[in-house]
Amino acid sequence: MTTSRRTLILTTGALLAAPRLAAAQETPGVTATEIRIGSTNALSGPASTYSVITKCLTAMFQRLNDQGGVGGRKIAFIAYDDAYQPPRTLEQTRRLVEQDKVAFLFNQLGTPTNSAIHRYVNQRKVPHLFLATGADKWANPKEYPWTIGWQPSYRTEAQIYAKYILEQKPNAKIGLLYQNDDFGKDYLHGMKDVLGARFDAMVKTATNEATDPTIDSQIVSLQAAGCDTLVCGIIPRFAAQAIRKVHDLGWKPMMFMTNVSVSAGAVMQPAGPEKGVGLITSDYRKDQSDPAWANDPGMAEWRAFMAKYIADGDLSDNNYTYGYGAGSTMIQVLRQCGNDFSRENVMKQATNIAPMDIATLLPGVQVQTQPGNYNVIRQMQLQRWDGKSWVRFGKVIEGANT
Amino acid sequence: MNGLAHQIVAGIATGGIYAAVALAIVMIYQATHHVNFAQGEMATLSTFIAWSMINAGMPYWVAFFATVAVSFAIGVAIERLLMRPVQNAPELTHVGVFIGLLLIIGNATGWIFGYTTKSFPSPFHSDKPLAGGLISAHELGSTVVTLAVLLLVWAFFRFTRLGLAMRAAAYNPRSARLVGIRVGWMLALGWGLAAAIGAVAGMMVAPIVFLDPTMMLGILLYAFAGALLGGIDNPMGAVIGGFVVGVLENLAGAYVVGTELKLTVALAIIIGVLVVRPSGLFGRVVYSRV
Amino acid sequence: MTRMDESLGPSGAAGGSRAWRATLLTLGIFAAVAPAFLLESFQLFQLTMAVIMALAVLGLNIVTGYNGQISLGHGAFFAVGAYVTAILMSHFDWSFWATLPVAALVCAAVGYGVGFPALRLGGLYLALTTFSLAVAVPQILKHKALEDWTGGVQGLFLVKPDPPFGLAVTPDQWMYLSVVAVAALCFWGTWNLVHSRIGRALMAIRDNPTAAQAMGMDISALKTKTFAASAMVTGIAGALSAVAIEFVAPDSFTFGVSITLFVGMVVGGVASILGSLFGGLFVLFVPNIAEAISKAAPGVIYGVILILFLFLLPGGFAGLLRQIAARLTRRRP
Repeated sequence: MTTSRRTLILTTGALLAAPRLAAAQETPGVTATEIRIGSTNALSGPASTYSVITKCLTAMFQRLNDQGGVGGRKIAFIAYDDAYQPPRTLEQTRRLVEQDKVAFLFNQLGTPTNSAIHRYVNQRKVPHLFLATGADKWANPKEYPWTIGWQPSYRTEAQIYAKYILEQKPNAKIGLLYQNDDFGKDYLHGMKDVLGARFDAMVKTATNEATDPTIDSQIVSLQAAGCDTLVCGIIPRFAAQAIRKVHDLGWKPMMFMTNVSVSAGAVMQPAGPEKGVGLITSDYRKDQSDPAWANDPGMAEWRAFMAKYIADGDLSDNNYTYGYGAGSTMIQVLRQCGNDFSRENVMKQATNIAPMDIATLLPGVQVQTQPGNYNVIRQMQLQRWDGKSWVRFGKVIEGANT
Repeated sequence: MNGLAHQIVAGIATGGIYAAVALAIVMIYQATHHVNFAQGEMATLSTFIAWSMINAGMPYWVAFFATVAVSFAIGVAIERLLMRPVQNAPELTHVGVFIGLLLIIGNATGWIFGYTTKSFPSPFHSDKPLAGGLISAHELGSTVVTLAVLLLVWAFFRFTRLGLAMRAAAYNPRSARLVGIRVGWMLALGWGLAAAIGAVAGMMVAPIVFLDPTMMLGILLYAFAGALLGGIDNPMGAVIGGFVVGVLENLAGAYVVGTELKLTVALAIIIGVLVVRPSGLFGRVVYSRV
Repeated sequence: MTRMDESLGPSGAAGGSRAWRATLLTLGIFAAVAPAFLLESFQLFQLTMAVIMALAVLGLNIVTGYNGQISLGHGAFFAVGAYVTAILMSHFDWSFWATLPVAALVCAAVGYGVGFPALRLGGLYLALTTFSLAVAVPQILKHKALEDWTGGVQGLFLVKPDPPFGLAVTPDQWMYLSVVAVAALCFWGTWNLVHSRIGRALMAIRDNPTAAQAMGMDISALKTKTFAASAMVTGIAGALSAVAIEFVAPDSFTFGVSITLFVGMVVGGVASILGSLFGGLFVLFVPNIAEAISKAAPGVIYGVILILFLFLLPGGFAGLLRQIAARLTRRRP
């Protein structure tokens, strides 16, 4: 990774070159009555299915304000559209930081988009908190101390699958199908982490592009290569295709699907629920369709919130349980801040969260941070599709521990 | 070598998709001598219309033909309202209107129906997998539908007075007008037919790739490659071109350049055809009029 | 600045005396430099991006506006320019200024290569080829074979140049001034090209290819060279954007960039140098306005504006100004 070392040197250089930026204001974005928080999301365009996260967060801050706010201050949450285009993300982020003068940034969506502002926010020392992306690179406190993710990384997820495969089928022939982008490549890296030198012998890979019409050819190749296990890091449309094609081919591999693409509504129903029986994935959230949570106090809290603040929201959309978890974490940090909402203290509190339970996360999965470990959620549990819903099995597994 | 056979069959199945869209592109080209860059978006919109009808409880085939009719009307309306006023404007204006349509229809579809992947039903079912699961009943059925549409189009142009009039209007508008053909309406009819064929293509594609507002962008590129390969003024050529591109794409992806460059294969086919044989495999050689 | 001349129309500028021109030039330079010291850093950044987009639109205008060859894929050259600069700066530690000529040359070469087969045929084929190129570019940028250089999907980071000689300006201000200087040079060069014999030949080819050929012009050679020059200008804009944003990634160069440039050209003014400037301002600021009108589907607003302009104002903003100017001069006694 020569690039990252060079990046570090460049970053440090730029930090030294721009001292006048930091001292300009004591607590930007914070007045006696208000704390301003900024965010970007794909409010329009193909990625706009995620815009409900912003809707959920806005409603959560509304609820917080209704309850009197934090430290005597109300939250002003400003979210701009970047249409998932990295240059637009930089433009909107600079608008938030330089023009709207927000105190900090929270839950911006996407890997390429956050990459575009990664260095900018760290140069300016603006807290860049709990990003809506599962890329591995956000947990890097040494080089990028002002950026922190939230959900377990895709790489962690892939590690968990690889460990499970080694446990169940030590001589597996693994087919790995991943999308040729940041997201997909984390699955490649995660598998390599666990398999190490055995990777080349055990794994046959195939990739797809977001613009490909179908992935039939890739599936056929992996089957022809004699794979008996299939790991998929692909977006929902291709996930549905893969599940169906594997079934139609009469191929019966032990099949793993990224937890990005396991929504009952958007993947399993289109693919045909009966075709996905036996499919394995992992999650850190409670599945709202699972009857096990019918009387769960955490989910009851979430449902009450939805009923009151987002009455028109689609209750089967798990972006709402995601948003509720991220929002709860943010509110915890704000409460921890006491009366000091300076950027330094916000960052300090965000990286010193004692292990805590969150209403929409699985029992045993906790949110926690330490100054040396920016992996906020470190546990997941495997689950299997039974034709109607996801059934959890095994223990909660700890992934990243660095 | 079993893998090779599998790749070829899978390629033919995907090629059927490209063939259907290529056919729609060639239709507009034949009628108006333009390439409609919004063809993919129009087909997607039609498919969403069908999806809404089916969701509202309409039987599949009723919704199918209703969608074809509605799409035909939309195509005619677009020609009358948007293309007619700029009829004599430079090529750039036409391309501009196509791009405008692409933006409007594409974004409006996403706005109205959302970007979540949806399933679209297929009228073709089979209990046991065909050819060892290589080709689904739907892929076989949709290929038959594409060929049937091709046959209809060919018969229409070959054997009906209207088809002849349309060909005349596109080939030589001035002379056509002299013999009493209403050239303006022939253009509108061409648009309507292309939109209708696009709708059929969309409804055949959607069960395979699943329905979402962006489903056509990648497909459109392969369809262009297919249409150019077959000859942009030849419906039969376009269909054959579509199938060839499907197979080539899979073979190149599996054995030559790797799956990361499949789109680039389409680009290479386009450039290759333009360099080696601009009229395509089955097209008429183009002479520029002097 | 030279571009001011054109807004006055041929009658205004051609008749102006030397002193008048010098005054205009000075005023123009002032108008271009002043924002660096008047605007806040964010607005300055936006203006920098607008000038960069204007330059990219200018590139497209050379081939599509002046020469009538429709390109729907200029985003590809924008990407190539950006990547050349990014690769040279981050892997070989070149200075930003040294990368510009290389980016320009590489883009011209790529433009020549793409234009050569497509331009022999009708405009339609070029539109098709460039459309396909624009769709395929992100995939090519991500490819394994180039990954060591391009950084693959992760992209590359680079750093804005620091102001030289201890100048008392911020990097943002310096970036803006550099971009304006490069853009002014390109605009000036294009103005000269368009108003030269070659420029008249280009327009002759656009307006009546048959006559142009009859007069002995080598149409396809001239078209291909024009395409290369056009790709070069857009590529320079791409190179500037890489430094202004300090980051390049395949996802920044989707098909949408090409569409944006096309819309900017139509709305600003086809075959107008001043229009390209309007186009740049338009593509940068209108998405924000469109977002304000309709949060759900700014793209629809974009498309509607494009079609409205084609119907009502085919000359774009620049054409509108020209009409107004013509009317004013006519009424003058």
